[in-house]
Amino acid sequence: MTSITDPPQGSSFRLSMLINDTRYRSYTFQAIAFIVLALAIGYLINNLFTNLAAQGLDIDFSFLGAPAGYDINQRLIEYTSQSTNLQAAIVGVLNTLLVSFLACVTATVFGVLAGVLRLSNNWLVRKLMAIYVEIFRNIPVLIWVLIIFTIMIAVLPGPREFRGDDASASMFLGISAFTNRGVYIPLPFFERGFGGGMDLLMVIAVLVGSFFGARAVTARATRIQEATGDRPATLLTNLAIWFGPLIAVFVIFGLSFEIPELKGFNFAGGIKVGGPLIAIWFALSIYTGAFIAENVRAGIQAVSKGQTEAAGALGIRPRRIMSLVVLPQALRVIIPPLISNYLNITKNSSLAILVGYADVTATLGGITLNQTGRAIECILLLMLFYLTISLLISAVINVYNNAIKLKER
Amino acid sequence: MTDRSVAFVRTETLPELPPPPNAAGPTKWIKDNLFATPANSVLTVLAILAIYLILSGALPWMLNGIWTSPSLAVCREILDGTTGACFAVLTERWNQLLFGFQYPTDLYWRPGLAFTLLFFAAAPVLFFDLPRKLLIFTALYPFIAYWLIWGGSIFGPLLALVSIAAGVVFYQKFVTQSFALGFFGGVVTFFVVLTIGGYIIPDTEITEGAMRSVPSRDLGGFMLNMMLGVTCVSLSLPIGIALALGRQSSMPIIKYVCVIFIEFVRGVPLITLLFVANVMLGYFFPPGSGVDLFLRVVIMITMFSAAYIAEVIRGGLAALPKGQYEAGDSLGLDYAQSMRLIILPQALKISIPGIVNVSVGLFKDTTLVSVISMFDLVGMIRGPILASIEWQGVYWELFGFAALLFFVTCYGISQYSQWLERRLATDHR
Amino acid sequence: MKKTAFYGALTVAGLAASMASAATLDDVKERGVLNCGVTTGLVGFASPDANGVWTGFDVGVCRAVAAAVLGDGDAVEFVPTTGKTRFTSLASGEIDVLARNTTWTFSRDVDLKFEFTGINYYDGQGFMVPRDLGVSSAKELDGATVCIQTGTTTELNLADFFRSNSISYEPVPIETNAEAQVQYLAGACDVYTTDASGLAATRASFENPGDHVLLPEIISKEPLGPLVRHGDNDWGDIVRWTLNALIAAEELGVTSANIEELAAAPTGNPEVNRLLGTEGELGAMLGLEADWAKNAIAVGGNYGELFEKNIGENTPIGLARGLNAQWTDGGLLYTPPFR
Repeated sequence: MTSITDPPQGSSFRLSMLINDTRYRSYTFQAIAFIVLALAIGYLINNLFTNLAAQGLDIDFSFLGAPAGYDINQRLIEYTSQSTNLQAAIVGVLNTLLVSFLACVTATVFGVLAGVLRLSNNWLVRKLMAIYVEIFRNIPVLIWVLIIFTIMIAVLPGPREFRGDDASASMFLGISAFTNRGVYIPLPFFERGFGGGMDLLMVIAVLVGSFFGARAVTARATRIQEATGDRPATLLTNLAIWFGPLIAVFVIFGLSFEIPELKGFNFAGGIKVGGPLIAIWFALSIYTGAFIAENVRAGIQAVSKGQTEAAGALGIRPRRIMSLVVLPQALRVIIPPLISNYLNITKNSSLAILVGYADVTATLGGITLNQTGRAIECILLLMLFYLTISLLISAVINVYNNAIKLKER
Repeated sequence: MTDRSVAFVRTETLPELPPPPNAAGPTKWIKDNLFATPANSVLTVLAILAIYLILSGALPWMLNGIWTSPSLAVCREILDGTTGACFAVLTERWNQLLFGFQYPTDLYWRPGLAFTLLFFAAAPVLFFDLPRKLLIFTALYPFIAYWLIWGGSIFGPLLALVSIAAGVVFYQKFVTQSFALGFFGGVVTFFVVLTIGGYIIPDTEITEGAMRSVPSRDLGGFMLNMMLGVTCVSLSLPIGIALALGRQSSMPIIKYVCVIFIEFVRGVPLITLLFVANVMLGYFFPPGSGVDLFLRVVIMITMFSAAYIAEVIRGGLAALPKGQYEAGDSLGLDYAQSMRLIILPQALKISIPGIVNVSVGLFKDTTLVSVISMFDLVGMIRGPILASIEWQGVYWELFGFAALLFFVTCYGISQYSQWLERRLATDHR
Repeated sequence: MKKTAFYGALTVAGLAASMASAATLDDVKERGVLNCGVTTGLVGFASPDANGVWTGFDVGVCRAVAAAVLGDGDAVEFVPTTGKTRFTSLASGEIDVLARNTTWTFSRDVDLKFEFTGINYYDGQGFMVPRDLGVSSAKELDGATVCIQTGTTTELNLADFFRSNSISYEPVPIETNAEAQVQYLAGACDVYTTDASGLAATRASFENPGDHVLLPEIISKEPLGPLVRHGDNDWGDIVRWTLNALIAAEELGVTSANIEELAAAPTGNPEVNRLLGTEGELGAMLGLEADWAKNAIAVGGNYGELFEKNIGENTPIGLARGLNAQWTDGGLLYTPPFR
């Protein structure tokens, strides 16, 4: 109701003004809408409780505290079959977050690579990337998950095939095993270390130290450049700062690797990345990568050619044109849809149940639901979880959009 | 005039020489496009290697395929250890893949006809140059398709058609007085005619003959994907428009109801909404109504796509210059008029490519119904076909077929969308 | 009358009168079709053949109930259900009876408000391993990767078994039987566990069934039976006694071959007469025709015939009667008397 008319002078409020007067009409509409909505929701909820009562059921979340009774193969926190359903759900939540995070990282790599290559001068590569993007964008992700999972199961050897003298499969370089149950890689550890967590913290501390050291060197180089016009070579110094302390730590504490080996039914030792995780991770990455590739391409093409030429006219070297002129502008176009692709990855990770990966849909919305029969409660909790994640990600998009909004004065 | 101050000046033009051999023709093209720089050459070699690996694996397998065989075991016998596909599963089970395993075999012509008619119904919507009269057929199509696919008494669809027609007539008669009167009156007319008609039409079931009724749980295969896709997209368009307008509204209650709905639906994966359709939605209907699964799934997918389409249309509305809104107001049009006559026609035009994208995505997502034990194309493959003794172990052929069907459909639609985008680009560049 | 989506839509709008009634029997009679929940496909128990016709042991029970109630064994609408949807389908009235190898447990009977009407197959959870693995007992499976079909009591039994034997394992939960087979055959798991009957059916469909062995341990009791909703005892009685009639028929020597002859006139055996309706009023007590049991038996034969035809030793599934023999043969099938 944007039209504004002068209210009739001197007349008091009449009932018909609720319909005819634009000042009050919106209140009437809203009141009607509110009542209709409330009635509709009330009707549905009334149906729900009538139906539940007719079947002697109720809504009750106490099953969350009962022992789950089943085991989960992939878990980031302590969990046994005696843990509660709530803990099973948390294991699932963490697994969802894990696979989403991993897939976001690799999908970005695939996407940026394919997007840049689609603009390459090389005809063959350009066409190949176009085929990749079209094929993955036009076939349902569900089919991709199933195909990739089947490929993994069928093509990679089972642990059994590593056994015996005439084994049909062998370990990669003798240190890693690629099986259809997962990938086993060597686990680094310190022979004279303080134990798992402390060692990791120490390495991180050293890396952080190196980071600040390297930044100081770069800042100094920039100062010298501004003062004298010559930039001192920093490459070697930086390399030394990055790797020197790290190698020293490795040597002092005795870096060593635990090599996975076949024991009993499975490989033991080393780091295991489960087959289902790899399947859903790879499928989501390569599928979403095709969408990200299109974003990246659109983003780079959105930067007008004049920008590159202007930068060239200023005498900036080609490599720095990309990082100083083109990319910052392209990112403004690329990042918002990129984040919504991340959101899609998180939601599509619910397909993990197809490959037997224990994400939250498989634990809370799958086995727990089946075993307890508490369908309504489980699905409500499941939706609540996804909703929270997506609202968080939306909030990030909004913050970013406000931050990069062109500051026009 | 000749200037004699220099010793020699050629006065006639030399004939053009042909370009050096490596600066023209295919050689130049290859040099420029494949081997321009060392890095480029490496990429080319890698690409050729990748193509070779894929083709050397896939070609013998495809060319050596067996097309007639009653089961996988027989097929392997015929192949006798050589590589080769077993496409016989497609020739044996094509009907199940396309129509599901319960649709009566002698009635396949009905969905087939409905599918063919879909093109005629969609054509006037997709191509603006066709005569507008054809839209009448488009309006009739849903009823024809419903009757063809489900069969049964023709009175049901006919009644719905008559009720809608009555509603539309009422709307057109009164919309000039007031949009609200026309619209809500039309809706009321629709329901009144429908209810009265419901008592009049004969309540007979046709269980014999060419038009016998088929229950919706007998639908399956690719047909189910098509039906879900087409139905849900067309139903979600009007809802999406309403939601988008609601979200732009200045009335806080209406605005926030729309915002909450859109954000809620967009925030959860479709698969959880399908779980809702499967195990929860039934509880929200009046006791004993027994709404069947197909309809419950249609409701949830429609809600899902309506939220996404609403966001696309909101983008279209936001892209319109503010002057358009102000122009509507300055002409003295009320809200309904200015939306109907000025804003929406333009906003929808901008939104069409986005809507098509959402539709393609939605069509692909209809495969998710296989997770809730509906036998769509993927559900047929994962369930009855792979579980049968004859064909368990055939994966590539089946998934390849499914992928191909979806690729052809979705690629076709997205090409159309790009064509449309070029076509609609009326602004000056 | 079948409810189509269209009438469903009217119902949602509150415009068509919904035909709710407390008595399932009346609903089924009015509809003319029995809605029976089955699996999405388990060869031998319930699976659609190439023409879309459902066959199997559980399907036989559905057809018998339909024949008893409606006189026609084909008046059944088979509704495929998954582990997740079966209980909701039954509770919401979408199906009238669930015959989907469902284990009778306390919580399902009491907490989920269902009524198990008997046991049509005594099963137990077993293990299948490849022969070349050289495993002869489930207790040797320490550290093995185990494929489980989800949605049943299987996960819980498995967790209990390994915990009580203090051995470790790695579970791989899988949605469908077909997908579990892929994983198992490709060696992505060492062991496949589900009900022993399901294992036998699965093994039967392998290219080389001899390469796989079923381990001797049966780690759980899985009494499988048809179930109905709580609260409609008349309907529960019909399903219960139809199943009993099939079992009694085998005990009494009534088969699909001789049933016409036996039902034509009262025979020397009064129990046969009461069963087939030539004596007494058992049918009327159930609210059915006098020849209800005759119809039920005639459609697919008695319990033994159903067993032999679908899962018996001469079928690819090849299950022995074992616990599922008549009590007279040392099995557990023991029907209350028809009196």
